[in-house]
Amino acid sequence: LPGARSAVAGAVTMEKLTSYEDASSYNNFYEFGTDKADPARNAHTLKTDPWSVEIEGLVKKPGKYALEDLLKLSAQEERIYRMRCVEGWSMVIPWVGYSLSALIQKVEPQPGAKYVEFLTLADPKTMPFVGSRVLSWPYAEGLRMDEAMHPLTLLSFGMYGEVLPKQNGAPVRLVVPWKYGFKNAKSIVKIRFVDKEPATAWNKAAANEYGFYSNVNPNVDHPRWSQATERRIGEDGLFAKKRKTLLFNGYEAQVGQLYAGMDLKKNY
Amino acid sequence: MKLLLHPAAKPVVFALCLLPFAWLTWGAFANTLGANPAEHLIRATGDWTLRFLCIVLAVSPLRVMAGWPALARFRRMLGVFCWFYGALHLLCYAWFDMGLDVPDIAADIAKRPFILVGFLGLVLLTLLAATSFNRAIKAMGARRWQALHKAVYLVAGLGILHFFWMRSGKNDFAEVAVYAAILGVLLGWRLWRRFSPAAATRRASAPARPRARG
Repeated sequence: LPGARSAVAGAVTMEKLTSYEDASSYNNFYEFGTDKADPARNAHTLKTDPWSVEIEGLVKKPGKYALEDLLKLSAQEERIYRMRCVEGWSMVIPWVGYSLSALIQKVEPQPGAKYVEFLTLADPKTMPFVGSRVLSWPYAEGLRMDEAMHPLTLLSFGMYGEVLPKQNGAPVRLVVPWKYGFKNAKSIVKIRFVDKEPATAWNKAAANEYGFYSNVNPNVDHPRWSQATERRIGEDGLFAKKRKTLLFNGYEAQVGQLYAGMDLKKNY
Repeated sequence: MKLLLHPAAKPVVFALCLLPFAWLTWGAFANTLGANPAEHLIRATGDWTLRFLCIVLAVSPLRVMAGWPALARFRRMLGVFCWFYGALHLLCYAWFDMGLDVPDIAADIAKRPFILVGFLGLVLLTLLAATSFNRAIKAMGARRWQALHKAVYLVAGLGILHFFWMRSGKNDFAEVAVYAAILGVLLGWRLWRRFSPAAATRRASAPARPRARG
């Protein structure tokens, strides 16, 4: 899946890429198991063809959009983003996709649509750990409309120039580079436009640990560990000091204004 | 079970106990511990501490139920290995996660209940390991030494709480439940032996038995 170099500000970091091997074997995708090696082992059962995404809620053009049509909806771009997991590790991944805003403009949200909710596949036949009590299924995520419309918010179909591996959320996923990785809903089947802040899977599981915004923030600790530093997978050696985590994962220049005046300690 | 009394039995068990350590050390150098070796080492050493805790607490029930008195010879070594993996666990956390920054580590331990609980468990375990040799038993007196070493049950409780808290954010209690169940059975067996009618007759018929019942 080829993508042209993106012209969006901040869309291409010059940092060293994480190896494809690491990015496709160290994953959090609980539908396939809670161990980070599980998705690469188990996700082969996922059926990504045929696939469609249902658009519903406060929107003028609701309906089922086939994957083939989504792929052609806008020009595919390569975006090289840092990804910071809430667990304290990070990667640098070349994604392929286009700004989610292209899809949103196409389906024409109504004025009352303030948030976008993402629902992902929950098929117990192909996903062995759907039904486990760790999370409520289907996995749900959400963004405020202005976050969803931000040009850096990516609807991704591929990485490293190829279609997404199943363990990375094939065939279509979200990538929001200034938020913790779990905001990036994988294997999306439904996008719903709503007027109220939608409930999200991790927030429902542990509200004191995972907020709706979940912006990367070194100054707001996770209750069980510090978020001030991170380990870059494959690069920071065992004995190296961990690197400093940046506010909004280093995308403050691009997204800082979205949160002007907000108390980030309260809205974590 | 004459094998348990074989002169080579202790060295063999010692070598077996070192296998996880050897495996992890080799993995760290050969880079076979996955994408995040630091996390793997921290978790694996924690897992092995809990496993050795289960193993050492299984010695007495096994000894009695299977009628293998010779098993008692291995209990001290297994206990010291439990401490060894616990100490490695702390070292891995302190080094790989905290860069051996002592003020940072102290602040982290004080701030986070699940780390504090694990740390307290290891402090206790260190006391037990430090008093595990014969001279310490003599110096303390068998009664006081036994009382101190009852703290291993507290260590088990703290260890499970540490693990439970660590997993609670992910509601992922399957593994925690397995360890809790094993330790529960091992402790339950002791309570049952202590308070069952058979225990009363045992005590009555052999009131001055000096040996540790564990």
